Amino acid sequence: MAPYESDDAVDAAQDETPRSGRRKAARYAVPVAVVGVAAATIGLVPALADSGDPDLPKISAQQLIEKIAKSDVQQLSGTVKVSTDLGLPDLGGLEDGLLSGAGGGGSGDGSSADPQAKLTELVSGTHTLRVAADGPDRQKLSLLERGAEYSLIHDGKDVWGYDSKSNEAYHSTAAGSGKDHRSEPPATPKDFADEALKAVDDTTSVTVDGTAQVAGRDAYKLLIQPRQSGTTVGAISIAVDAKTGMPLKFTLTPKSGGAAVLDAGFTQVSFARPAASTFDFTPPKGAKVTEEKDEAEARGHAPKHGDAPTHGRAPKHGEDFAEGLKGTGGPTVIGKGWTSVVTVDTGAKGGLPTGSQGGDLGGFLGSLGEQVDGKFGKGTVFSTRLVNALITDDGKVYAGAVTKDALVKAADAAK
Amino acid sequence: MSRADVLEADTGRRTNPLWSLGLLRSELVTTVRRWRTLALLGVLAAVPVLVGIAVRIETRGGGSAGGGSGEGPAFITQITNNGLFLVFTALAATLPFFLPMAVGVVAGDAIAGEAGAGTLRYLLVAPAGRTRLLLTKYATVLAFCLLATLVVAVSALIVGALLFPMGELTTISGTRISFAEGLGRALLIALVVAASLVGVAALGLFVSTLTNSGIAAMATTVGLVITVQIVDQIPQLHALQPYLFSHYWLSFADLMRDPVYWDDLVRNLGLQGLYAVVFGSAAWARFTAKDISA
Repeated sequence: MAPYESDDAVDAAQDETPRSGRRKAARYAVPVAVVGVAAATIGLVPALADSGDPDLPKISAQQLIEKIAKSDVQQLSGTVKVSTDLGLPDLGGLEDGLLSGAGGGGSGDGSSADPQAKLTELVSGTHTLRVAADGPDRQKLSLLERGAEYSLIHDGKDVWGYDSKSNEAYHSTAAGSGKDHRSEPPATPKDFADEALKAVDDTTSVTVDGTAQVAGRDAYKLLIQPRQSGTTVGAISIAVDAKTGMPLKFTLTPKSGGAAVLDAGFTQVSFARPAASTFDFTPPKGAKVTEEKDEAEARGHAPKHGDAPTHGRAPKHGEDFAEGLKGTGGPTVIGKGWTSVVTVDTGAKGGLPTGSQGGDLGGFLGSLGEQVDGKFGKGTVFSTRLVNALITDDGKVYAGAVTKDALVKAADAAK
Repeated sequence: MSRADVLEADTGRRTNPLWSLGLLRSELVTTVRRWRTLALLGVLAAVPVLVGIAVRIETRGGGSAGGGSGEGPAFITQITNNGLFLVFTALAATLPFFLPMAVGVVAGDAIAGEAGAGTLRYLLVAPAGRTRLLLTKYATVLAFCLLATLVVAVSALIVGALLFPMGELTTISGTRISFAEGLGRALLIALVVAASLVGVAALGLFVSTLTNSGIAAMATTVGLVITVQIVDQIPQLHALQPYLFSHYWLSFADLMRDPVYWDDLVRNLGLQGLYAVVFGSAAWARFTAKDISA
């Protein structure tokens, strides 16, 4: 037979007996069965593992909040998964540019190891972080990337940022003891929970919502819901470790439903002391090291709460957000609790702040927003799933975790 | 005696286990001796040489590789500080295309090439049985996966040692490990990369049982490798991507974290195992039921 001729036709022709044909077909059941078993395993194992919320003694919301406050975890290491879905329009590279421009505060020294520049990446998508802490003086936070890693290491008075992708390091020294210097950006569930609990007042309902298993540990679920209408925040759920009182998972869902806007939780956690070498960093040979220039600049530099990923976390947070905008005009806060709206008078006539610089970009941004008018005049509303912002044509900016109507109302009232 | 009975007798025949080893050895020797295989290995060995020389020339003036912007294959910026990183860069550079292409050529040729050349029936005349022959062919392809990866790694290690300093190295997490541990991790990475090719090898072997043309089988396998990697890049298909064999390939870089981040590595190995079982058994179903006429 010719070597290149296909045997398929021959095969079919010679299978006269149905029995042998069936036997042949039966062999294909093996790969099919393997696929079936694999699919079942992938589908069922997580469901089985998740079933059965742990049985824990009853606890009141007040007790649980006290438990969080008393929690004093000094040593831990673990992996945190952070997913952010603000529903920002997908601008690709442009988004990065805008965000770093907005968050950088004009520092722009171009080092890719600069924590401020790096951590704005957390604003969208899913990221895996590693955290390790050993007392107040030694912490490490690593952002795992594909084939690379960005580490922020705080060891005593040194704060190092190291970007393995570009092999660049960033160094700053913390003034005094490391205690008051927040080198850690808010990324762990505990950071988020602290911020959320600050917002708890009479406008909020706090309940204990059963138990859950997080990172293999038994946890209580604390549910925080705004009582006011007009806010875009649906609920905040915090899973608190039953033993240590440390928040293990933080989920913020918008009122509009759908996926969580922010979901940060440990996937793996250990309360043992991390190896000392974890916090030991010397820049590798050949790495470009950027030194922080002076303390005054350090204040502007260090990632504070005004950092982009955290803008809309909680209403109280608006104040920090406003802090970040300092210099553009005196920000004021209208309203209280969840419906508070931050107002900034940019003084720039003509609406969009970018309009004066480039008509194209201004027009482009305008097309992303929605034109509204009211007693305050005319303006453009930019919406995300959590934060809405109104930029009026006379240069005022109103922003908050409130609905569009509430924003317009606030603007009207302020007029 | 019907054909099915012949099949039964064929696959069920007892043979001396040492005979299988002899078959494996002769298969290995045949595969490695082929000009085609030697050329593939030569190309693989040349990649680290090219990367090493390019980085050396670019950084001669004291600049950093990749323009300092972090472009290019993983780890490329660290090569100048430590030649050992050339091993990781070379593997990261060859894993997406060169290595699977080489494996696709060898795996695609395994059965279809014999059939095309008319030698398959002579192999089956020997009292080995089809299942055993298929297992031997698969073992040969797997051995080639390991050989190809080691060729890249060893070539990169030699070039790295000649062109760049060696010594204590910094992991991508910023911690330092000794050179001996670095070498250990390099070996581990080479093994993981070789294991990452197990899925492609099984896929190639299955394709190889479908046709009698070696060229068609090779082209199909290499085409599938490319297609799957393109699909892996399309964001709209993200629900599908965790099941593509190439999805976790670059997870070998997680071995350079400190502590090692195992999640994706375990997923990668599990996925490769799954592909091996699914396509291995599909190849078995096809090959043992196939009418060998050439």
